[in-house]
Amino acid sequence: MSAQKNNSPRMNADDRGSSHSVLIRGGRLIDPAAGVDGERDVLLRDGRVAEVAAPGTLKDPDEVFDARGLIVAPGFVDLHVHLREPGQFHKETIATGTAAAAAGGFTSVCAMPNTNPVNDLPAITRWMRQPERGAIVNVFPIAAATFGSAGERLTDFAALRQEGAVAFTDDGKPVLDPQLMREALRQAAALGVPIVQHAEDTRMTAGCHMHAGPTSFRLGLRGMRFEAESGIVERDIDLARETKAHLHVAHLSTAAALDAVRRARSLGVRVTCEVAPHHFTLTDTDVGEYDTNRKMNPPLRSSADRDALLAGLADGTVDAIATDHAPHAAFEKNAEFDRAPFGIIGLETALPLAIGELHLKRRLPLTRIVELLSSNPARIVELTGRGTLAPGSIADVTIFDPKKKWAYDVARSRSKSRNSPFDGWKMTGQVVMTVVSGKVVFRG
Amino acid sequence: MKASPSLLGIEPLDARQITSLLRSARRMARGRPRPVLRGRHIVLLFYEASTRTRVSFELAAQSLGATTYLVHATASSIEKGETLLDTGRTLRAIGADAIVIRHPSSGAPHLLAKHLDIPIINAGDGMHEHPSQALLDAYTILERKKRIEGLRVAVVGDIFHSRVARSDIHLLSRFGARLTLCGPPDLVPDVAVTLAPGLRVTRSITEALTGADIVMLLRVQKERFAGTELRPESYAAEYQLTPERLRLAKRDAIVMHPGPMIRGMEVDDAVADSTQAVILDQVRNGVAVRRAILAHVLGAA
Repeated sequence: MSAQKNNSPRMNADDRGSSHSVLIRGGRLIDPAAGVDGERDVLLRDGRVAEVAAPGTLKDPDEVFDARGLIVAPGFVDLHVHLREPGQFHKETIATGTAAAAAGGFTSVCAMPNTNPVNDLPAITRWMRQPERGAIVNVFPIAAATFGSAGERLTDFAALRQEGAVAFTDDGKPVLDPQLMREALRQAAALGVPIVQHAEDTRMTAGCHMHAGPTSFRLGLRGMRFEAESGIVERDIDLARETKAHLHVAHLSTAAALDAVRRARSLGVRVTCEVAPHHFTLTDTDVGEYDTNRKMNPPLRSSADRDALLAGLADGTVDAIATDHAPHAAFEKNAEFDRAPFGIIGLETALPLAIGELHLKRRLPLTRIVELLSSNPARIVELTGRGTLAPGSIADVTIFDPKKKWAYDVARSRSKSRNSPFDGWKMTGQVVMTVVSGKVVFRG
Repeated sequence: MKASPSLLGIEPLDARQITSLLRSARRMARGRPRPVLRGRHIVLLFYEASTRTRVSFELAAQSLGATTYLVHATASSIEKGETLLDTGRTLRAIGADAIVIRHPSSGAPHLLAKHLDIPIINAGDGMHEHPSQALLDAYTILERKKRIEGLRVAVVGDIFHSRVARSDIHLLSRFGARLTLCGPPDLVPDVAVTLAPGLRVTRSITEALTGADIVMLLRVQKERFAGTELRPESYAAEYQLTPERLRLAKRDAIVMHPGPMIRGMEVDDAVADSTQAVILDQVRNGVAVRRAILAHVLGAA
C-alpha cells in the first residue's frame, strides 16, 4: 500500500481498529480485481484485510460477523457525489452525505467541486477532508479544473493534488474552450490523474430543462439534444488522444456519446465513463407531469439511449456506476419545472437499482455489478488499496443481501434532502453492513 | 371532471368531459346566467400580460355572481422572493375558492394543483396548454360547422412556442378532425406529429390550405426568429395568409386566430377583416366557455 497522502484520508485513522480483528464468515466474496468469486472467510485486522481463506479455516477473531447468504464485496466507490459543503449545508453536509453513502454501501465518495465557494483552492480541498466535517466514509475531493469553474484560468493542479484531490473537473459547467481543455488534460496527465468532464455543449442547451423529444414537445419544455453531449465527448476524445491524457466522461447518458467512447477505446485512447442509475432505470417519458424529482442534468433520455447504456453496462464499455447524488431542499424542488434545480439524490438507491435493472432483469452477473460499483471506479481515480479485498488492502467492505426485498422510503433517508424519484419503489438487494478501514459505519 | 376538479389542460380530458363543458357553455351563452357562483372568491393570478383571457375570465366569473381579485405579478417580482407555491398558499389562506393562473412556466398550474386543495384553472402555461382557448375554439367551430369529426384543419404558424396550438391539436384530434400543421422547421418541428394520432406536418402552405375547412393561424413573434435562419420577411412571404392563398381552402372555410393578431405578418389585412374570419366570434364565445369552466370546477354547473 502506498503511503500517498491522497489515499489516506485523515478521518480514517487506522488506529481506530487497532489490534482488533473481525472475521466475516461464510459469505460469498466477490472481488473482481483479485479474480475471486466464491465462499471465503475474510479477516480484518488493524484496518486492513489480514487474510482471505476457505470457509472455516480462520480461528480466534475478536469478533465474528455471520455473512452466510450474503455478498461480501470491496467497498463501493462513488465517483460522482455532491456533498454541498462548503456553502450549501441546507441541502447536505459532508456528515449527512457520507451517512447516506454508508447506508448505500459506499465506503468512498468523490466530492464534486461546485460548492460555494467552488473547490478551486488547496485550502478548500483540505477543509473538506478535515475530521471536523464528520465524514463517516472516505471523501476524495475532485477539485475544480478552473478558478470558480468559470472556464478561464486553470487551478493549481499540483497543489490541489497534494491536498488530496483525485481528479479535476468543472462539473456542471463544462470546459468549452478547446485550448483550455487541452491544457487541463496535459497538466492532469503529468500528474497521472484524470480530467472529468460533464459533457454538455451549453451553447446548445440554454433554457433547456429536459431531453429533446416527444415528451418535451408535449410538455412545452425546451429540450436538450443528444448532440450537445456527444459533440463534447467527441471533441474531448480527440484532445485526450493528442495529449495522451486520461479523460473520464461523467454521467454519460446518450447512445451517441457511448459509441464515441467505444470507438475511442478501440483506438487505444485512455477514456473511461460512468453511468448513473437513473439513466439506466428511467427515460424521458417518466418526467410525467412536471415531476421535478425527475429533472436532472444530463436529463432522462430516450428509451433508445437507455437501451444503449444497458448494452454498454453489459459489454464493458461503461466502466462505473456513479450516482451523481445531487441533494436539493424541498422548497427548491417544489417549484415550476423550469425554475427547479437539476439533480436527485441517489446514494441509497444505487445498489438495489443495479441489482433490479441489471442483474435481475438483464442477467448481468453480480461480479459485474461489483466491478461497476467498486473495483473499476477505484482504479479510475487510482485509490490504491481500495476496490479489492486482497490481503493487505484497506478494510473497506460492503456486505449486501442480493435477494432482500424492501421498499425505499425517502422520508427515512440519511441525506438531508428528499429529492428522489424512487420514493416508495419496491427494491431487491439491500446493504447489510458497510465497513470503512475496519470500522462498521452502517448496519442495516 | 375526474378526481381533480382543476382544469390543467385538454390532454387529460376525455371526449365526454369536453362535450359536457361545451354543452354547459351553450346553455350559459343565452340570456342572463343564474348567479351560481355568488359568494365565491376567484383569484386571477397573472404572471404574464393578458388582455382577452383575463377580462374574459373576469367577466365570466362576475356574471355568475363571483367576486374576482386580480393579482398581477411580473416575472421580476417573483425574482424578489416569494415562490409560486407560497403565493398560492397565501391566496388560499385569504379565502380563494379557485385560482385562475397564467404563467410563463410550462406546468406552473400543475404545481399549484398538486399542493392546494382548491381548483386551479390553467389560463395559459408557458408553451404547454391553454385549455379555455381550445374550448372556445371548438365552440366557435361547432357554431359554424356543427361537428368536428372529419373537418380538415390547417394549423399555420409558430406551433413550437404555442400553448394554444397544443391545446387545439389535442382537442380537435380527439374529436376526429384531420389536422395538418404548417410552418418552417424552427416553428413546426417534425416531432410535432407525435403530439396526437394522425397529425401531418408540411412546409407548404399550398398543401396545408388546399381543401381546408378551418384555417387556424397562430401568432408569429419576431423575437422567436432570434438564433434561427428565419427572417420575418421571408416568413411572411412564404406563410402569410393572403386572400389568394385562402382561395385554396373550401369556399366556406373559416379563419381563426387566438390573438393578438399581427397584421402583415401571419395574416393579411383583407383576410383578417373578411367575412370568413371568425376571430371576434372566438373572443365573444370565450365568456360563455369560461362561465362553463368556472361553474364546472366549482361544482355549480
